[in-house]
Amino acid sequence: MSRHTKDSILKGVIYLCAFLCVAVLFWLIGYVVISGLPHLSFDFLIKDYHPDNTGGIFPMVVTTLYLIGTSLLIATPLGICSAIYLTEYAKQGRLVSIIRFATESLSGIPSIIYGLFGMLFFVTTLKMGFSIMAGAATVSIMILPTIIRTTEEAIKAVPVGYREGSLALGATKLRTLVRVVIPSALPGIVTAVLLSVGRVIGETAAIYLPVGTHYKLPTSVMSSGRTLSVHLYILAKEGISFEMAFATGTVLILTILVINFLTRLVEKKLSVGGR
Amino acid sequence: MRDRHMEKGRITGIIFENIFRLSSILAIIALLMILGYIIYAGAPAMIDVGIREFLGGMEWRPTRDLYGIFPMLVGSTVVTAGAIIIGVPIGILTAVFLAEVAPEWLAKIVRPAVELLAGIPSVIYGFFGLLVIVPIIHSAFGNGGDSLLAAIIILSVMILPTIVTITETSIRAVPRSYKEGALALGASHIQAIFQVIIPAARSGILSGIVLGIGRAIGETMAVILVMGNSIKMPSSLLDRGRTMTANIALEMSYAAGQHQQMLFATGVILLIFIMILNFILLKLTRERQAK
Repeated sequence: MSRHTKDSILKGVIYLCAFLCVAVLFWLIGYVVISGLPHLSFDFLIKDYHPDNTGGIFPMVVTTLYLIGTSLLIATPLGICSAIYLTEYAKQGRLVSIIRFATESLSGIPSIIYGLFGMLFFVTTLKMGFSIMAGAATVSIMILPTIIRTTEEAIKAVPVGYREGSLALGATKLRTLVRVVIPSALPGIVTAVLLSVGRVIGETAAIYLPVGTHYKLPTSVMSSGRTLSVHLYILAKEGISFEMAFATGTVLILTILVINFLTRLVEKKLSVGGR
Repeated sequence: MRDRHMEKGRITGIIFENIFRLSSILAIIALLMILGYIIYAGAPAMIDVGIREFLGGMEWRPTRDLYGIFPMLVGSTVVTAGAIIIGVPIGILTAVFLAEVAPEWLAKIVRPAVELLAGIPSVIYGFFGLLVIVPIIHSAFGNGGDSLLAAIIILSVMILPTIVTITETSIRAVPRSYKEGALALGASHIQAIFQVIIPAARSGILSGIVLGIGRAIGETMAVILVMGNSIKMPSSLLDRGRTMTANIALEMSYAAGQHQQMLFATGVILLIFIMILNFILLKLTRERQAK
């Protein structure tokens, strides 16, 4: 075979692989959304769920929102503080490399292990019971590495000149951080938060063990509940109402698409504002 | 007056520095607590039952105090290996496409698509697998469809984004001079890619593969929905099977006593796999930084 034909074949295979990735995505989204849209209505979002698989998914929407809010409240400040420490204070050394190993290991731990831990520690040891709170505490550990890494990158991208200017004007290091560095890194922090929201919405295994699967509207963060993903899992597993499963899946996918779009928007702003 | 003001500023600075430091140490504490709690909850029971009976046992029947997870070890290993065999070549070639071959406008479509694949919830993959892949396999082989093969197909799609993103980054990190040198010596672009660029990006690509293995072995919900979850030893890819993760997720909600402890023990084995992968990853990263 001549070199030219061989190259053309390989190039063809490369194109095919890239096409495959895109095709799978469209197939997946198309399949769920096309089957789900006819069953989707505003009513579906605001109606209570009945265990005979009628009604809507209002309790699941509320549980998901509670879970997102609570876990962000825990993880965002912690993540930003760690990122500040790692970029602005820490000297390269043993502690920093251990912290990095720890955060990387955390992002590699499977979600079912987080679920087990959440059940053992937050639900049982800390006596939170099966609750949104226990689930939020669990997923905050999961999203922490993402927040730290993304915020770190954003802080690193802040030009040194900003810092030097502020320090030269007599501001302390802390004041420079709060008034100059963090505001400039804000789009990056927003990206981190958006990525985390996506992760929490999509998570199932780490959530259903500490939060439970209770289908009623949660009254507070201390009640059990069922998030959208867990709901879809249960519907799919029991195979009773695929209509409802498709509609729930569509809500999930559309939300992920919106978040993805917002992330892109912020990143674009970031790259324009940064230069 | 000015001195006191500066003194106050200095103290606040120190306080905040310590708050920042504590927050970052929290990651270490969290990791240690997760490892500690799972091992504490699972290891004693595992030793009680006997590590050989646990790891090598062919039967998992909690009602008869039989806790062998060998079929699940096989299940996890086979679906992970299968996903790697299918997902890695496709992922690497897609990364080559993005970094070297694609015209800018096409890359602008493919790259976001791959990133979006990473954001799709695993339960959606499972749902899609259950309603699309499983029936396709059933109509081809008449085996009911829910099988190791179905899990392999779903997992190979799920690990694609990891492989593609990391491979693309490491291909882009290869110095331009490598490629230019190869081209100057008369190699074609494709030859330069496969004989110079990919070998030079080797350790980055390996990191991607290790992360992909971690994602596949840890995946739970998608696998449960498509694999049939039989506790029997699978004899072919078309058989039903169960992974370690599925074992934990399926039985945790009603297990108690020793049964529950043995599920934690399953978690311990899973964690050992993951920590080994993490150390390999650490070594690969160090190797890259040393270069």
